[in-house]
Amino acid sequence: MSPRVGVVLFPGSNCEQDAFEAIRDLGGDAEILWHGDASIGAVDAVIVPGGFAHGDYLRPGAIARFSPIMATVSAFARDGGAVVGICNGFQVLTEAGLLPGALQKNRGLKFLCTTVSLRVASTDSVLTSETVIGQELRIPINHFEGNYTCSAETLAELQAEDRIVLRYVDNPNGSMDDIAGICSSERNVVGLMPHPERACRDLLGSTDGRPLLQSLLEAARIPA
Amino acid sequence: MCEHGAMVFSVHVDVQLRPGIADPQGSTIERSLPTLGFEGVDGVRVGKSIRFRIEAPDEATAQAHVEDLCQRFLTNPVIEDATIELQIDLGATA
Repeated sequence: MSPRVGVVLFPGSNCEQDAFEAIRDLGGDAEILWHGDASIGAVDAVIVPGGFAHGDYLRPGAIARFSPIMATVSAFARDGGAVVGICNGFQVLTEAGLLPGALQKNRGLKFLCTTVSLRVASTDSVLTSETVIGQELRIPINHFEGNYTCSAETLAELQAEDRIVLRYVDNPNGSMDDIAGICSSERNVVGLMPHPERACRDLLGSTDGRPLLQSLLEAARIPA
Repeated sequence: MCEHGAMVFSVHVDVQLRPGIADPQGSTIERSLPTLGFEGVDGVRVGKSIRFRIEAPDEATAQAHVEDLCQRFLTNPVIEDATIELQIDLGATA
């Protein structure tokens, strides 16, 4: 049976269809989950997609974390379920306390919409298991608040525990330690600013997002 | 009319980035000031100002509620601090 991936839809999400299509393309089963529902059904993994959930009012992710579905997503993550937050989804996961740190406005205050090179820093996560350390991936970014910030202690912990999974080759936004993506201490929750779901077809200029989402599907096959 | 014992407080929450957290807005404003002829300005930091009213039996309870609200929602404690100003709103009805 194909692993089933739930993609959360908030008012203001705008990447849920891209994620939905990319998962189906890779042979997974995808399902849109409405933020106002408390249930995530029988999914094997969850993607919190990009966009501007609840208009990014107050702070990106600040209001989305109170959506009824987030309590269930948090419980799913605590039980070991694979959860990936992409872009605004990463911001939601930090606000929800599922990942440490915060995403600040980009250095230089530019909204960045471009394709960047990432380097795999750890393959021990639900999003990078099918990649190789040092592998370079061309993946689009599309954000204003992607500048990863945390305390010195948190950064030291992320480094010591090998929880920085993806780094920018050429840091576009001022992120600490070139961080593009991190994982939780149990390695089942990953947040990243770049959009792997937009790099899954030749037509879109890169297919480097496929090994990342393929990793998620592999993680979803294994019962949490 | 106030319910028995209830008071209304007007609240001003000033949200600022914590010291040491880079402020791209503040530094961009600061860099642009000399272009406009404003010299000698430094330490520009941009924050948020949030105002609301809250009902509580007394000031200490109101203060505790607002602190909780700031901690859990109005600020991201990873990067932001809040300064709370609270006063009795004599004109409001609870």
